[in-house]
Amino acid sequence: MNRGRVVNGLRSAAVAGIRCWLLVLLAAATPAAASAIDVEPLSTEEKEMRYRVLIAELRCPKCQNENLAESNAPIAQDLRGQVRRLLEEGKSNDQVVAFLVERYGDYIRYRPPVQKNTLVLWFLPALLLVVALVTLALVVHRRRRPAVNQPMTGEDRERLRQLLADDGDDEERP
Amino acid sequence: MKKLRLFLPFIVFAVLAAFLLRGLYLDPREMPSALLDRPFPAFKLPALEDGERQITEEALQGRVTLVNVWGTWCPPCREEHPYLVELAEEKGVRILGMNYKDDPEDARQWLRELGDPYVDTFMDRDGRFGIDLGVFGAPETYLVDAEGVIRYKHVGVVNDQVWDEMGTIYRKLRQQADRQ
Repeated sequence: MNRGRVVNGLRSAAVAGIRCWLLVLLAAATPAAASAIDVEPLSTEEKEMRYRVLIAELRCPKCQNENLAESNAPIAQDLRGQVRRLLEEGKSNDQVVAFLVERYGDYIRYRPPVQKNTLVLWFLPALLLVVALVTLALVVHRRRRPAVNQPMTGEDRERLRQLLADDGDDEERP
Repeated sequence: MKKLRLFLPFIVFAVLAAFLLRGLYLDPREMPSALLDRPFPAFKLPALEDGERQITEEALQGRVTLVNVWGTWCPPCREEHPYLVELAEEKGVRILGMNYKDDPEDARQWLRELGDPYVDTFMDRDGRFGIDLGVFGAPETYLVDAEGVIRYKHVGVVNDQVWDEMGTIYRKLRQQADRQ
């Protein structure tokens, strides 16, 4: 068999393999997109847009590292339906969020509100960063300044003399 | 002052360590009920028994009651069930059942087979009342005082360990109710 033909054969097999994988990945991605389209759209385009934004900003109470848009949990489905109902009734975004917070607590908001009890959560990282940068600046600034050569004080001179004398004593011991 | 600067990195470390240590003991899955110390929400839902008779929040007035959210589709509910029967029969605990997103015939059959610890059971077939309660799965159990106010909620199976804490509050509420 011609070696060129073998290589060509392998190459097309590889391309076919990669194409297969891409198809698999694409197929795997569609459910995520589909879950947003698997129900009838809301009565207005504006409501539909607000719906998409809201479900991305609300946490699934069961799968808590997912938002309502991503989660497949039954409660997420129920809550998506609830959000749609509320929007269809004409509630504002704030009212929808308030409705859910009243029943599930602040935790249902993916982004924690800026309140008294979350101030530390919001500002500590930034604060720490500022402290770190300031410290860094101070250290660098200090290192840059050359050590000033000062004449020794009388006290220090005396201590030096004593230390040297003591050292000498040690060396003479057997 | 120089000494303080020397210790500054350690102080920062200690503060961070304190926060992180506290964080280690916090369970991210624990969501305290937003309904604590608020009245049990109003409802009017059909009884499991016949699917017709309507049950309302009035059923919670006058006696300290547990409201247990359950479904035949939920394996932990099955695990919990014998303990609820024990609470009801041996400790005289009043339990109202909320059959959540379930098939009525399956549910009735279940109670026939495993025993019925509930003084009554109502059905939330589409889960909409569950949303009003802040339910996100089953089993979940609410402890409601004689005035119909939610005093405690447990997410997950109720067993001896859970009843340690829940039972203490239950007995306290019973005492308060009996005194009135």
